Amino acid sequence: MEWEWILGKSNYWAAIILMMIGLQAMISKNNLIKKLIGMSIFQSSIILFYVSAGAKRDSGIPIIHHGPGHGDDHGKEAAHAVAEHATEHAGEAAHHAGEVAHKAVEAAKHAVETADYSNPLPHVLMLTAIVVGVATLGLALAMVQRVHAAYGSIEEDEVLAAIAAETAPPEAPEPKAPPTGSSPEGTPAAS
Amino acid sequence: MKAFSTILVLVLGVMLLYASSDFPALGDPASPANDHPVAKHYIQEVENDTHVPNLVTAVLADYRGYDTMFETVVVFVAGIGILAVIGMPGRRRRDEEHCVKVGQFGEDSDLIILQTCRLVVPVLQLFALYVIAHGHHSPGGGFQGGVLFGASYILLALSGGLKESLARLSQSQSFRFAAFGIVVYAGWGLLCMMLGGEFLDYAVLDGLLPGDAAMARSHSMLIVEIGVGFTVTTVLFVIYANLATRGRLEGGL
Repeated sequence: MEWEWILGKSNYWAAIILMMIGLQAMISKNNLIKKLIGMSIFQSSIILFYVSAGAKRDSGIPIIHHGPGHGDDHGKEAAHAVAEHATEHAGEAAHHAGEVAHKAVEAAKHAVETADYSNPLPHVLMLTAIVVGVATLGLALAMVQRVHAAYGSIEEDEVLAAIAAETAPPEAPEPKAPPTGSSPEGTPAAS
Repeated sequence: MKAFSTILVLVLGVMLLYASSDFPALGDPASPANDHPVAKHYIQEVENDTHVPNLVTAVLADYRGYDTMFETVVVFVAGIGILAVIGMPGRRRRDEEHCVKVGQFGEDSDLIILQTCRLVVPVLQLFALYVIAHGHHSPGGGFQGGVLFGASYILLALSGGLKESLARLSQSQSFRFAAFGIVVYAGWGLLCMMLGGEFLDYAVLDGLLPGDAAMARSHSMLIVEIGVGFTVTTVLFVIYANLATRGRLEGGL
């Protein structure tokens, strides 16, 4: 195991560890809010994973810029050389060469090196995912509030017991109470 | 249950960690994600196609416009869902009643907090508009600017009480604006269809907008981002207002 190899994989390890923390919270926590926190951690790990997959060594942000010292110097130099050459001649020829020089600068402008910019696609996907994640988290919190209003608790086992007590036939006495499989969650009350 | 889930998660985690040795190294320019022709095409051709230097905005609003439109719809549906889950029936009338006059800026709030927020809110809203409008040339766009704008209303609610925010942007207005954002986005796509192009194919709009086809795509992106901004702003505020008050829209934090 070399140091470089470890560094190269560390982003995946971070994402995977966070993902497992979130998954563990979603499965094993009894409190619905804690489950949602787990879901949020899981989501953040996915975002980290995507963004790190779009990273590229020695590249900048995915916004094209044509500032000085950015790969188009060569083209500009050539263009200036042409322009200087043009000024030596007079009249029409100079005008024509000036146009050529202008075109050369334009051409240099449009040459975009792929290696200079990081991959925009993961950024796009995660940009929308973050906002949609906030909106869906809000909806989930609203559902938790609703559950609390209806059953007076946000602990999963208490809610399931309350649902079981509600749906149990009225003639059935106490011993027949725990058929907890009726909930769509399918998870029986934690022992 | 807890022991079972711990074992399950640990096994899964070890499997994933083992699999990560096959993944490309961080920042490898030759990794499949970076080497794919689509990624290269975006980097090299976007500026010629659309005259937009910010590749993220261009890909978001133009190349993947369909995706973004339905992401916006998801945000809108989440807002409606919150209303359906914890909204109160017959609240609309009361909503109008509680529209106190703007300017009764929370009498019971702390003076320093009030004055600070009074300073911060306009700057925040101005910056949000800048982020939406300048998304073509710098990091920004409808989602980011919309979140900032929604945060300004939430800040107002936190400092001066929810009534102060609702007096400026009531819940029914919020939903009207949210729907308006979707209509702007989808309507712009339909306009492209009416002019003979495909849905959200902005290049056919060069007759309506100044500049050539590439500039038409650039301008169309701005319009679409404004639609996204409307929806995100209002839905974020609705989410806050309903969650903070359990759907009653009064009292709360």
